[in-house]
Amino acid sequence: MSGPRAPTSPPPVAPRNPPPSRRRGKAAGRLRPVGFDDLGLKRALSDRLLPFLVAAMAFLAALALAGALATAMLAQHWQQGAEAELTIQVPTPDDPAASGHGARLAAVMAILRAEPGVLAAKPMSSDDLAKLLKPWLGDAGTTLALPLPAVIAVTLTPGSVLPDDLSAKLAAAAPDTATESADVWAARLSALARSLQACAAVMLLLVVGVAIAVVTVATRAGLSARRDAIEIVHGLGATDAYIAGRFARRAMRLAAAGGVGGALAALPVLLWLAYLAAPFAQGNAAVTDQTPLIALPLPLWIALPALPLAAAAIGYVTAEGTVRRWLRRLP
Amino acid sequence: MIRLEAVSLRYGAGRAAQAEVLHDLSFHVPEGGFRWLTGPSGAGKTSLMRMIYLAVRPSRGRMIIQGKDIGRAERRQLPRLRRRIGVVFQDFRLLPHLTAFDNVALPLRIAGRPEGQIRADVMEMLRWVGLAAKIDSHPYELSGGEQQRVAIARAVINRPAMLLADEPTGNLDDAQAERLMQLFQELNRLGTTAIVATHNQSLMARYPARTLSLDSGHLVQDE
Ligand SMILES: Nc1ncnc2c1ncn2[C@@H]1O[C@H](COP(=O)(O)OP(=O)(O)OP(=O)(O)O)[C@@H](O)[C@H]1O
Ligand SMILES: [Mg+2]
Repeated sequence: MSGPRAPTSPPPVAPRNPPPSRRRGKAAGRLRPVGFDDLGLKRALSDRLLPFLVAAMAFLAALALAGALATAMLAQHWQQGAEAELTIQVPTPDDPAASGHGARLAAVMAILRAEPGVLAAKPMSSDDLAKLLKPWLGDAGTTLALPLPAVIAVTLTPGSVLPDDLSAKLAAAAPDTATESADVWAARLSALARSLQACAAVMLLLVVGVAIAVVTVATRAGLSARRDAIEIVHGLGATDAYIAGRFARRAMRLAAAGGVGGALAALPVLLWLAYLAAPFAQGNAAVTDQTPLIALPLPLWIALPALPLAAAAIGYVTAEGTVRRWLRRLP
Repeated sequence: MIRLEAVSLRYGAGRAAQAEVLHDLSFHVPEGGFRWLTGPSGAGKTSLMRMIYLAVRPSRGRMIIQGKDIGRAERRQLPRLRRRIGVVFQDFRLLPHLTAFDNVALPLRIAGRPEGQIRADVMEMLRWVGLAAKIDSHPYELSGGEQQRVAIARAVINRPAMLLADEPTGNLDDAQAERLMQLFQELNRLGTTAIVATHNQSLMARYPARTLSLDSGHLVQDE
């Protein structure tokens, strides 16, 4: 040791080092310098591939979430509309009713008005009807005096259901009366919506699974690239928690960065889809309406920032588990 | 404190098991004791050291380190024990991406010592081994002897209860070897148990001490 000191200078081993304090949080100073990279993970778990793969996963997750959400919302909207409305056609409305009293239309209206679930029942005026038919019949509807059926638009009290025997009752009063409920369509729609949501859920699960696999593979590669360093640090008394924590924090940062990237990339796509979907969700609003572009549904505004958090959690937990399992091979 | 009772070592386990490299070793080094460890190349000196610094577990027999029966110790109890053992590896084993300063500071950081307490200690140690000017150099920028001195500084920075040095003077000149022995003696005087493996007969002659001799994995001398 040809140091600047004289060879006779005592070695610096006076008993001055206190045993490491267990209450180190209170002791002066922080632990380790910022960015201290004893395992060389900046290169072994590099910021090249992992964040991009995680970003792709987050992007797909965002689309899946948006799909599930949009399906749910549209289905709900349609279903509400469908449940609340009913059209009833009465052919030859002016013929006498089956009971013999009054016209058929009046008899049907009387039954409907007596029904507690019916909020409103309104026969369309023949003008309305003619207007409705004009594209098909031209002015013939009015001029030819075709025998037009009466059409009654029935609005139900929200949440109420009509008795099953209503159409039979109506047909008894006025033969051939057709009750057109949207129930069947509502059922079909909700079945479709449920299937689409199941697909979205499967896609989310797959995305999570692939993300876990990606982090695992990257961590394993990092482990074999840094095997020597890990063995040295392990030999110096580092616990499994210390070593696994190093990897976990690095993987968490990279995954979170990927999550942010994926969510940001998904944002314009989702806004565009929301813009396209807006007319459907708002019922009769025309496509030409200037829908504000920030019109993402609230749950999506919550789900998007959750993506980086979820990615970070997946990165942390996966890397921690992978490293701890690997470390069991060391004594 | 080190005690071995009929300890054997075989590398690999199960199907991958290889031939035994250490056979039926029994010896005792009391707290604060000093031993030279000699023997021809391939005799098993490094293997014995590896066992004592807990890098491999004995395949047979009983080994007690610092009062702890290693055969019965749980895996999670070992890190705490390892922190009390300073090791100078035959091949240094410095971390290539860390500077000399960070390499020497590593045991303190692993032990959870706050940064505020580290700098002065590490600087003093590096100054003492004559590397004050090289604190920011990476191992590949250092000569063999300089790397060895960094390895020595790292081994003693935490003032370990046990010191295991494997050929620590291999790359040092006589004056440096002399200073190293002073350091080891000082630590030993302060209560550190030490085993130093060496081929350096003249150093052993200048610092006579009890000697463990290995030959082909057998302990042939302990006096
Ligand atoms: N990791 C290992 N796996 C299998 N065999 C090993 C391993 N390390 C060492 N050996 C074998 O153990 C025997 C003893 O080796 P060891 O390194 O302990 O000798 P040594 O006394 O330190 O030699 P030297 O003086 O050359 O350093 C050798 O025959 C070697 O081949
Ligand atoms: Mg050796």
